[in-house]
Amino acid sequence: MRYLPLTPADRQDMLKRIGVSSIDALFTDVPKAAELDGPVDLPPHQTELQVERALAKMASENTAASSVPFFVGAGAYKHHVPATVDHLIQRSEFLTAYTPYQPEISQGTLQTLFEFQTQVALMTGMDVANASMYDGSTACAEAVLMAARVTKRKKAVLAGSLHPHYAETTRTSAKYLNIDIASSSPDLDGLSGIADAIDDETACVVIQTPDVFGRLHDLTEISEKAHAHGALVIAVFAEPVSLGLVKSPGEMGADIAVGEGQGIGVGLNFGGPYVGLFACKNDRNFIRNLPGRLAGETVDADGRRGYVLTLSTREQHIRRDKATSNICTNSGLCALAFTIHMTLLGEKGLTTLAQLNHETACDLADRLDGVDGAELLTDTFFNEFALRLSKPAADVVDALVDKGILGGVPASRLYPGAGLDDVLIVAATETNTEDDLAAFEIALREVLS
Amino acid sequence: MSMNTQGRPTRIEHDVDPGGYEETLSGSRGLDQAEALLFERGSLDVTGVDLPTPKGGKNRLGGMKREGQIGLPGLAEPETMRHYVRLSRKNYAIDLGLYPLGSCTMKHNPRLNEKVARMPGFADIHPLQPEKTVQGAYKLIEELAHWLMVLTNTPAVAMSPKAGAHGEFCGMMAIRAALDARGETGRRRVLVPESAHGTNPATAVQCGFFTDEIPADETGRVDMEAFKAKLGDDVAGIMLTNPNTCGLFERDIREIADLIHEAGGYFYCDGANFNAIMGRVRPGDLGIDAMHINLHKTFSTPHGGGGPGSGPTVFSKALAPFAPLPFIVKTADGAQLKMAENTSDIDGLDAKPFGRLTAFHGQMGMFTRALTYMMSHGSDGLKQASEDAVLNANYILARLKDVMTPAFEGTCMHEALFDDRFLKDTGVTTLDFAKAMIDEGYHPMTMYFPLVVHGAMLIEPTETESKSGLDRFCDVLLGLSEAAIAGEGGRFKAAPVHAPMRRLDETRAARSPVLRWTPPADDPQVAE
Amino acid sequence: MSVKYTKDHEWVKLDGDTVTVGITAYAAEQLGDVVFVELPDVGKTFDQGDEMAVVESVKAASEVYAPVSGEVVAVNGALEGEPQKVNESADADGWFVQLKLTDKSQLDDLMDEAAYAAHIS
Repeated sequence: MRYLPLTPADRQDMLKRIGVSSIDALFTDVPKAAELDGPVDLPPHQTELQVERALAKMASENTAASSVPFFVGAGAYKHHVPATVDHLIQRSEFLTAYTPYQPEISQGTLQTLFEFQTQVALMTGMDVANASMYDGSTACAEAVLMAARVTKRKKAVLAGSLHPHYAETTRTSAKYLNIDIASSSPDLDGLSGIADAIDDETACVVIQTPDVFGRLHDLTEISEKAHAHGALVIAVFAEPVSLGLVKSPGEMGADIAVGEGQGIGVGLNFGGPYVGLFACKNDRNFIRNLPGRLAGETVDADGRRGYVLTLSTREQHIRRDKATSNICTNSGLCALAFTIHMTLLGEKGLTTLAQLNHETACDLADRLDGVDGAELLTDTFFNEFALRLSKPAADVVDALVDKGILGGVPASRLYPGAGLDDVLIVAATETNTEDDLAAFEIALREVLS
Repeated sequence: MSMNTQGRPTRIEHDVDPGGYEETLSGSRGLDQAEALLFERGSLDVTGVDLPTPKGGKNRLGGMKREGQIGLPGLAEPETMRHYVRLSRKNYAIDLGLYPLGSCTMKHNPRLNEKVARMPGFADIHPLQPEKTVQGAYKLIEELAHWLMVLTNTPAVAMSPKAGAHGEFCGMMAIRAALDARGETGRRRVLVPESAHGTNPATAVQCGFFTDEIPADETGRVDMEAFKAKLGDDVAGIMLTNPNTCGLFERDIREIADLIHEAGGYFYCDGANFNAIMGRVRPGDLGIDAMHINLHKTFSTPHGGGGPGSGPTVFSKALAPFAPLPFIVKTADGAQLKMAENTSDIDGLDAKPFGRLTAFHGQMGMFTRALTYMMSHGSDGLKQASEDAVLNANYILARLKDVMTPAFEGTCMHEALFDDRFLKDTGVTTLDFAKAMIDEGYHPMTMYFPLVVHGAMLIEPTETESKSGLDRFCDVLLGLSEAAIAGEGGRFKAAPVHAPMRRLDETRAARSPVLRWTPPADDPQVAE
Repeated sequence: MSVKYTKDHEWVKLDGDTVTVGITAYAAEQLGDVVFVELPDVGKTFDQGDEMAVVESVKAASEVYAPVSGEVVAVNGALEGEPQKVNESADADGWFVQLKLTDKSQLDDLMDEAAYAAHIS
């Protein structure tokens, strides 16, 4: 068996050295009732070739995004990841290293995390960022829990246009922590009602921009109102490339900025693994209540600069039942992919990339708005917008598949029974060519006629 | 003859004294390259990607355009490659050597996993694509779920948790939901052995429970008398790791399960140590109600410097109805697989999900890798793997126990636990010992965990270590132990001296946290 | 006024009807370098044995318990910027909290210096 180096002779020698006659002697604590007669009822071992073939067959039953005109977003975005990124994250020393608990032999991981934290802080316009969460939705949930701890209040207000998966994840995380979560119905227009919901009991208000329908929101006014009541503003984003063109959460007065980093470096991966970004103000109380790992700068015994995991007493392995979160793992390799891609992009690359995304989306919006039976609902957006269609969006998307187009996400998939069955959420990125846009326009026209 | 007129010397001098020369001009030492921060190397007007020129003009940002500099330096591709390659060389890794971290299961990460995960049909699909275009992905998730259920003998599994701790949350939330469904609002006490991993109590608290610690007996297992005394009708359940964090199989586990169930509670099992028993023992046969599985431990998905992980959680019949959304169901005609994502998708099913754990469906990238690993091993290979894991740990225990001090009598499972009694009066601590291992070219074992043993050293070799590799490792540990006992404390106190860095000042990092790079005040690149 | 000790390594110094509370040098030694001290708000009241403060080193967080019942009248703000005072001067400059006693007799439950010295050996 190719992954098991021990030979039968080795095993015999080792059993002898241990002083037992068979491997069974090392399993005597297993209750008799749980002993099995033989291997479990699963196929026996297979060669690389056999396994590869079996899995390739499963893979072939899926339509890869690159193989068709592709416009699916709503929380995960198709961007081009340079070849360098994937090559570097497969280096043994990055791929097969563990959490950097022994910093002397983990400076590769620690320094790249420190760079990641800095990049995330800069992009979000905040002061400090952690070493990543699992994804945007759990980062959002943890932000609400953190706001409750920091303000010592028990009410959170979620905007109706927050991605429903993020809202549901937040509700589930807070379910038994006596935090009252209020959210308005999905709102295509703006943030109506949210300002009125803020009072002196509110711990935080959570607003996604660009929101799940792609709409941009200026948080400046809401931030002023929230702060006047002592509530925190949590800004959420699902498309990190937007930060290259749109006002940052920090500029708009956010206290905590969380979001999904997948769009940079990570790839679609059918929903995971992704990388949660979490940033906040440089306030001592905030930092002590941050969830997740933190890489910090220090010096070694020779006075040379180095990095370590720090402020660990917040975390579960030390604080146990009083930890800020139960989280142990971060999204290490995905955070590294993000950092490498950001390094290749740099300021110029990110801002150019963001501009290209916006322009492509504007072109597409014009084209599709011009199709009879389709009406553009989002007038300000980054690279994603909503259309109202003359037929149920789910049916339209299905019909578009038959025409070879993956044409967006029907809002009804995210908001069933909310009266949004005719709404389609469409994303466009730098990976969409002029031909893609034309093909979508033609196909949509055919489907809606 | 013709003469060599180049003048290049060919003889080496054997007695040249390096004379205390330690510092280099560059800060690099041979292949270990000094590497500054990206922010000190890159610049704002450099980019390592080529992009088309934007057309400019059109703007639908509604006045929300970002003005001013972000402050993100870039590097061209060659410099990017060097920056990260140089940094990578400062990391220890499984591919480099034995990584004996207890309860982390640092087994070899097969490269076939990486190849399969990158097949476009897996890597390049979106979770919200029309479901008829991702049937192969759903089939893979179902296949992996099947393997996990057969290996554990359970009827249901939640695939969405993104890591082990997330899986613990999944399991404990299901328990809480089940208690709520029974109207049992008085049950909030969760029993947890004092040797438990910190995620256990942290998770329990997040589900609205509080924890009550059970002491260990002198064999390192749950003290049954103490456990029985703690039962009551306010008990929600127990969180037990098996094999436990001392590397020992809880031999009373069936009695524990029965007693907890009789008392009206549920049995959560922390599956971090599943590598000791997979393919040979099925936790479902031991009476568990919920168990998370760490795909990044037991099933070889790469550790990646700290993540990502994946924590699918299996459920007993009692807890299955409470499994979170989303999960895969068959369409009415049985022809297609569908993802039940919203409560409206589960009408007519016996499902009362406690909620949703995360956006989308789970860690597909880890599913492909784990299934590749499982299919490669098969049921016979997985059984052999767990037996070899246990054999390797016991071999280490046998070779070391006469010099180092095992924490408990008898054999172990897949990991061997020592305490620091053998270092008594040497002045060498567990920490010093670990740092000396670094100089010998090994990543230290888990230190100071579990907390129940003083100066704990928990060694888990896994099944992917060869006998000769184990022998070399044991030779080194014996040598270090003997050196410490012989009074050579100096080398331990100074260690490590051969690693890219010496010991780092963690106190300073915590007292005055510097969590990011900040441009110096006089940096010309910073906009006013 | 002689100093009293709890079995959980807090020291207590009486002055009129207030006591000053800190952790012992032994406890500080065991903890390692102190990086943060979480002190209660002035005005808060505690019963004997309640968790009153938390002291953190790099690798551990320990609860500090109220040795006697009382109301917090002062906390050592200097510890915020200089937590190392706990290591450097646990018995003096590293004090944590001053409590106004509600029941002086509770001091009789505590150990004197000799008893504490025996306790930690």
